[in-house]
Amino acid sequence: MSAQAIRRIVALASGLLFGIGLVVGGMTLPSKVVGFLDFTGSWDPTLMFVMGGAVAVHALVYRLVRGRRAPIFAERFHLPARADLDARLILGAAIFGVGWGLGGYCPGPAVTSLVSGQLEVIAFVGAMLGAMWATGVIEARASAAREASSPG
Amino acid sequence: MDWTWAVRGLVGGAIIGASASLLLVLSGRVAGISGIVGGLLGAGEERTWRALFVIGLLLGGAVAMLVMPGAFGTAPPVIGIAIAAGLLVGVGTKLGSGCTSGHGVCGLSRLSARSLVATVTFIATGAFAVLAARALGVTS
Repeated sequence: MSAQAIRRIVALASGLLFGIGLVVGGMTLPSKVVGFLDFTGSWDPTLMFVMGGAVAVHALVYRLVRGRRAPIFAERFHLPARADLDARLILGAAIFGVGWGLGGYCPGPAVTSLVSGQLEVIAFVGAMLGAMWATGVIEARASAAREASSPG
Repeated sequence: MDWTWAVRGLVGGAIIGASASLLLVLSGRVAGISGIVGGLLGAGEERTWRALFVIGLLLGGAVAMLVMPGAFGTAPPVIGIAIAAGLLVGVGTKLGSGCTSGHGVCGLSRLSARSLVATVTFIATGAFAVLAARALGVTS
């Protein structure tokens, strides 16, 4: 089997595991997400346990493979290279947080919840995809305009 | 405190961590859902694995629906709120290069300063949004 075929099976298996993990951890229940973000009422720490469990496992595995030159079935690791903090990162995270608190969904649980067939979830995901697409188009145009206006 | 949920949270989290580890160790990819879903909207051959990951997520949801009654909650109750929330999540994750999985799980696991700042920021503004939504009476 080619490395590409294996990577495709890995993607499917990884998505399947991810979805099951989200459901087991209660993350497809928006009330638990909102309960975590609500520090004034009866705070629900479940999300903290989910994130803690995920980071504990993944941080350990990351430390084990950090020294490797390449993953097993691909030529290189595709990891974010940037280390600087910029306004775009903080503004984006801030906007995302408002939507997350308002809807009780982040992208993973929202997509996984599509199978429940609820109109609200379908509307949420549709709006999310539209906004991602539009933001990408606007950013591409803005950077093209910057390049066109810069001398040389 | 409800210890059943603490255990479920840890187990669910460990499964998510295993999923992200599988993708990283075998394929060298970050399990950031907003990046994977957003990447489907562009062109290119990178779309195939992303589409398969999303199909996997949906299959996971389908399995959960069969074996776990009550796996999915309902919210937000108002369709306009759901759309507004989706728009904000779409714009925010695109500008901020990630969401709860990319920054909160994968980035924190790599001790990334950018991801730590992003995670603290979206939890803070998320908490603010919950308070504001309640004050304005727009959520249940």
